Amino acid sequence: MQPLELSAVDLVTAIRQGEVSAVQVAEAFLGRIAKVDGSINAFLHVDREAALARAADIDARRKAGKPLGALAGLPVAVKDALCTSDQPTTCASKMLAGFRPPYDAHVVAKLRQADAVLVGKTNMDEFAMGGSNENSAFGAVHNPWDLTRAPGGSSGGSAACVAADMAPAAIGSDTGGSIRQPAGLCGITGLKPTYGRVSRRGLVAFASSLDQIGPMTRSAADCALLMETIAGHDPGDATSLADDVPRYSEMLEKPLTGLRIGRVAEHFGPGLDPEVAHGVEEAFAAFKAAGATIHDVELPHAKYGIATYYLVAPCEASSNLARYDGAHYGCRSSVRPTGEFESPLVEMYCRSRAEGFGPEVKRRIMLGTYALSAGYYDAFYAKALRVRRLIRQDYLDAFQQVDLIGGPVSPTPAFPLGEKTSDPLAMYLVDMYTVGTNLAGIGGISFPCGFTKGGLPIGFQLQGPALSEPLLLRAADRYQKLTDWHTRRPKLAT
Amino acid sequence: MALTRQDVAKVGLLARLALSGDDVDRMTGELSKIVGFVSQLEELDTNNVAPLAHPLDTQNVFRADEPKPSLTTAEALQSAPRHDGSCFLVPAVLGESGAA
Repeated sequence: MQPLELSAVDLVTAIRQGEVSAVQVAEAFLGRIAKVDGSINAFLHVDREAALARAADIDARRKAGKPLGALAGLPVAVKDALCTSDQPTTCASKMLAGFRPPYDAHVVAKLRQADAVLVGKTNMDEFAMGGSNENSAFGAVHNPWDLTRAPGGSSGGSAACVAADMAPAAIGSDTGGSIRQPAGLCGITGLKPTYGRVSRRGLVAFASSLDQIGPMTRSAADCALLMETIAGHDPGDATSLADDVPRYSEMLEKPLTGLRIGRVAEHFGPGLDPEVAHGVEEAFAAFKAAGATIHDVELPHAKYGIATYYLVAPCEASSNLARYDGAHYGCRSSVRPTGEFESPLVEMYCRSRAEGFGPEVKRRIMLGTYALSAGYYDAFYAKALRVRRLIRQDYLDAFQQVDLIGGPVSPTPAFPLGEKTSDPLAMYLVDMYTVGTNLAGIGGISFPCGFTKGGLPIGFQLQGPALSEPLLLRAADRYQKLTDWHTRRPKLAT
Repeated sequence: MALTRQDVAKVGLLARLALSGDDVDRMTGELSKIVGFVSQLEELDTNNVAPLAHPLDTQNVFRADEPKPSLTTAEALQSAPRHDGSCFLVPAVLGESGAA
């Protein structure tokens, strides 16, 4: 048995039935990380000894006939934006280099309770701000399909480690597309759940009204399995939804006959790569062949999504990131007070933050601070919140006519590293199809629907109403039962 | 919409970011471009649209006013750049001196 080739669902079953031990599985994936991550840089921290000890404990408990959690022995990689009490949590920022949180994120605690084996923390854009993973303070991640290209971001390490078989499952976070876009560019499946479906407690806050944690795996069935563990109410997150968590895995089988999928004409306008457009149209055809019907729908304000997002998110970020002050934890400047500032304390704040944050994080803090400042608040922040309501209303109207909305995840396949780093606005536009989901607080899933002639994955996105995860997962799973795009693997020189 | 160097320097202080002259120059250009882009929202009439700060219908969440375990002082201080075992140490809040 080759653990690297098994799905998360099959791995959990094989371990439970004793066909393979948790230690053998952990060794296989840790071995793979040691072999290939030097050229990919998906991990910021790998906890080999702890993972093996954890796996050995699970094997011992299984042999003793003791009860095991739902994910017993499954290796899971966690984005470095989630707090782990026994591993560093840096958000890929110098600001948090070496930081050890005093507690586990809710999702991390749930994974431990389910007996998952946490193998390490994955690379990302600093504080989850970026669409290419090039904003990491600890080096870019390389796309396993083409090492000269970006994996997408901000959950680029989580996407790349699953694509390269370094973990069967990973946890990401999505504020404007940060799960779905890297999943699309790396040829894996990523679910951005409804806002509030998964607790944000212990997720380092970027934009609190948009942030959501979700699974990144090779298939929708694997995402369903992870969701059963990580979703659910948490009294520690006041925005966490109290709704019961469905048995997602048991809701995948029903055929798609009669499913109404919306198609937005504007998604196919200027800027969309022709090969991506072709792959997405083929996916619509496959859904039609599976019994779904395709309908034109309009999202008239979608074209304002990026502008709205780049006000709402930086405003919230400028407030959230005020906590990095050099006093309580994180980077503190060692520069002696020069007297150039109003007090030594203010100087320490300003210098610590200037030293700790990278350029994109500073840019967004500045943009948010500006848009919230006296005289500009109504023109920018309040205006963006009004447009946000229009964007959400578009979705509510569309979902009166269709069950789900389909389309591209990103306008292009994976782009070369360095291509967009000198033009922040060009980088922002990679999220043009994904930010609406977050602004509206609804769910979205992305999964591979083809490859370019050059061998790069093409992603398809489905968006659904609040709490439509069972339908999103079922539609993606049915598609994956009819196609084999999600089973393709990059060929890595080892 | 263009920002001036003075705007950027002022926002830098509000954001508690020490900016060099080069930083201010670069950010003046970059932020002007981004602010110009987001200003496209002006073309929408939103006079009769209420702001939406939160995507889902929310209500206040209450719990019983009972003490619960929280971080110990040692846990709260474990990642502090400087502390004395019970407090975070910082430079002087007021005035010129303070070598902490």
